[in-house]
Amino acid sequence: MAATDTSHPDYFHKVVDCQWACPAHTDVPEYIRLIAQGRFTDAYLVNRRSNVFPGILGRVCDRPCEPACRRGRVEEKPVAICRLKRVAADHKDEFRDRLPAIPAQKNGKRIACIGAGCASLTVANDLMPLGYEVTIFEQFAVAGGLMRTNIPSFRLPGSVIDEEIAAIVDMGVDLRLGHRIESMRKLLEEGGFDAVFVGSGAPKGKELDLPGRQEGAANIHIGITWLESIAFEHIKTVGEKVLIIGVGNTAMDCCRSSLRLGAKSVKVMARKPRQFFKASEWELEDAEAESVEIIINRSPKSFVVEGGKLKGMMFDVMEYEVDARGRITAERVASEEFQPADDVILAIGQENAFPWIERDLGIEFDKWEVPKVDPVTHESTRKGVFFGGDAAFGPKNIIWSVEHGHQAAISIHQHCMGKPVSERLPPGVNLQSRKMGMHEWSYNNDYSGIERRLVPHVSLKERFKKIDIEVELGFTAEQAAAEVQRCLNCDVQTVFDAKLCIECDACIDICPVDCLTMTPDGEEADLRTRLKAPAQNVTQALYVSAPLKFTGRVMVKDEDVCVHCGLCAERCPTAAWDMQKSWVKWPHAVDQPAPATEAAR
Amino acid sequence: MTYIPKPKIAHPSLPRNELGLTRRDYEGALSTLCAGCGHDSITAAIIEASWGISLRPENLVKLSGIGCSSKTTAYFVGGAHGFNSVHGRMPSIAMGANAANRDLYYIGISGDGDSLSIGLGQFCHAIRRNVDMLYIIENNGVYGLTKGQFSASADIGTKAKKGDVNQQPPIDPVLLAMNLGAGFVARSFSGDKKQLVPLIQAGLEYPGFALIDVLSPCVTFNDHDGSTKSYQYTREHYEPVVEADFVPFQREITTDYAAGEAVPVMLHDGSRVVLRKLAEAYDPTDAHAAYDYVQQHIAKGEYLTGLLHCRPTTDTEFHGLNRTPEQPLNQLPFGKLVPGAKALEKVLARYR
Repeated sequence: MAATDTSHPDYFHKVVDCQWACPAHTDVPEYIRLIAQGRFTDAYLVNRRSNVFPGILGRVCDRPCEPACRRGRVEEKPVAICRLKRVAADHKDEFRDRLPAIPAQKNGKRIACIGAGCASLTVANDLMPLGYEVTIFEQFAVAGGLMRTNIPSFRLPGSVIDEEIAAIVDMGVDLRLGHRIESMRKLLEEGGFDAVFVGSGAPKGKELDLPGRQEGAANIHIGITWLESIAFEHIKTVGEKVLIIGVGNTAMDCCRSSLRLGAKSVKVMARKPRQFFKASEWELEDAEAESVEIIINRSPKSFVVEGGKLKGMMFDVMEYEVDARGRITAERVASEEFQPADDVILAIGQENAFPWIERDLGIEFDKWEVPKVDPVTHESTRKGVFFGGDAAFGPKNIIWSVEHGHQAAISIHQHCMGKPVSERLPPGVNLQSRKMGMHEWSYNNDYSGIERRLVPHVSLKERFKKIDIEVELGFTAEQAAAEVQRCLNCDVQTVFDAKLCIECDACIDICPVDCLTMTPDGEEADLRTRLKAPAQNVTQALYVSAPLKFTGRVMVKDEDVCVHCGLCAERCPTAAWDMQKSWVKWPHAVDQPAPATEAAR
Repeated sequence: MTYIPKPKIAHPSLPRNELGLTRRDYEGALSTLCAGCGHDSITAAIIEASWGISLRPENLVKLSGIGCSSKTTAYFVGGAHGFNSVHGRMPSIAMGANAANRDLYYIGISGDGDSLSIGLGQFCHAIRRNVDMLYIIENNGVYGLTKGQFSASADIGTKAKKGDVNQQPPIDPVLLAMNLGAGFVARSFSGDKKQLVPLIQAGLEYPGFALIDVLSPCVTFNDHDGSTKSYQYTREHYEPVVEADFVPFQREITTDYAAGEAVPVMLHDGSRVVLRKLAEAYDPTDAHAAYDYVQQHIAKGEYLTGLLHCRPTTDTEFHGLNRTPEQPLNQLPFGKLVPGAKALEKVLARYR
């Protein structure tokens, strides 16, 4: 097969599984090494460049990085990336003086952001240093969006949100709290803005229209609205018996909130078996640790109301046939069942809704009333109007919203500079050798066999005393020091120069995980079977060299379980292998050519 | 060499042998040889070979003398027995151990200095006596441990790192061994594990003295232009003439060999070494023909590799010749091992 083109920016980026999986491409191994050195503020800032809200995400991120983590393939559990992020955030010193300076002289362009959630705040974060004047309109009296209203404070304390939002708002953002936008037309015509960013989230909880819904309305709540009312302290109690319908992450927040409002029995009713649950595994674990009962195969049938008072719900007890590939092929109703309840919380999904956008403004919607948004530029069908976060493509999560904000900010910048929004800097990668001396690398290359550390929690006795007691305590210093060493430093790449190789086999003999093979060239599928250890994980690339000079064979590296210990490079007598740190350049608005202030004038 | 030990983490799909062990279980201590040393590749080949025949680590004895090569016994099969002897005297130790316990596998690791200079006499007599062992010479043509002087295997005309040209003729261990009547004589190259691993397996199982002379470039003192034992020179001048497959007796031969091309040589336990000739005019079972053929090619500056000569040896087998006890000495009852003063009297009486 053709020699691997390592100059393509994606090649080495993909090797860093966590960074590739992160929607915002956070340089995870870099910040973990900084934590290892006790450089918490530096680690925080490496995070902040990509994901803007390290303190928030260090608690509640959906962590697409962790299932991707190479450590999970080498041994059982991935590195606790998310919890290490929190370590950086919790222990950082003052960092504000290290954020980009905000120009006193503005560039004359005014941007409106709708909704003060993570997407809009990211747009402001990216555009303020370029001289833009950004106004954020927020319907509630506090900023933060769903981070504030839908994530319970026992998982994400308000003070953490306050600090990270303040870092952005204090750049000089014009934050209009309690200012609900009722008409897009009015904003576009009278606002005087050069661009509008819609980051209003997906604030509409899905309804469950079953018999008895109207009669029992007083005790049937829509999950996200109910959580919002708790956040604003409009709701302070709940009945003794609570049923949660749905088994996503919102359902987990609802059941755990119920316990803190005084419920004695909380049951989460799931329509399908566990492997189909939408909630993250760790959120399920946390809920079950608090004695929440999750009941599977119960399909809601009706609300049972007697004398105007909700008594419970009827469910169909379902049976499913699942095929070898894990798909449901048949279902049938086995029986029905009554579950008593004082309150029912519906947590079966949410949608974005735009009753306030007039349909004749050139902003087109599809048949599901979802705006038509370009997935790269985030521009709607009307020039100068952009969507991001849950408002753009439906509910995702915070880290996706942040990346939407970054991308929308690039588009807004291009738009305001009079350039095509599609004209965007491509990503890049820089490589830098980590060699310090004969057997010295500027990273800790030894493999630590330690197992994943578990974050300590507030005891089950203590945590229910108040609704805002943060359950997770964060790693102790000892735990953090151990956990950082589990990171395999996948960003310190094994880089091979075929011209230098003398085919002595030293690298192949020393590799602890049998990644390397010298073999006659062949097609990829054939090569994969001929390696020292068969390369069965086709999602991981083969790194194939140019033909070697003595025998014409090729050096093949299976990237799958490389632990980046650098022994191949240490044993190489000619430095054909080297360990080089890859710096992924994932461009933001500030990286786009032509400084804003000059181009604007 | 490296500073950190090889991490104790392995590929998740690493195969296991009949004993349930992985290749990693046959490793030893961390090598302190130069990075890129051919000896480390030979070490890896020994690990692979021992794993492949499901050798019990406790059934292996590793013996060596002095030199870079002789250090390597520490780097493989950590669970085996080992003896690091005086310079050039490893064959004596091997012989003694072999006489005392014939149940074990013996592997001697030596170098061109240890075997062809200071220990040449010992080497020759080990062959003569047909000690039941695998004798590996890690041959790089220089004294690496004392900074690269020519050894007794340096070819005429080869250049030292500082530019001196060697003018003395070399001693070739392969020709020497054939001359002295060895029944298993092979040459290989550290950079060709495909050839080397089955040779080691066959050599371990061969009942008698088995020699493998392995060209093993010294990456620090003998890997430059003008050297006849550099990686590049060896790659350019080495020619496999016979391939050997080792077939343990329990297994059937699954590969089809063209008739006349494959020559099976039976070993005492029913296992076989199957020789496949790559050069037509060559008969590896005929010692005289093999000697001539190898010598002609050495004159042309070519390294013939493979199992150059192999024949079944039962008539001159070491234990039979010397009437060593079948049962290892450490398993003999005390009364039999030390029969006492009366028995000694009897023996002495025979000489009076």
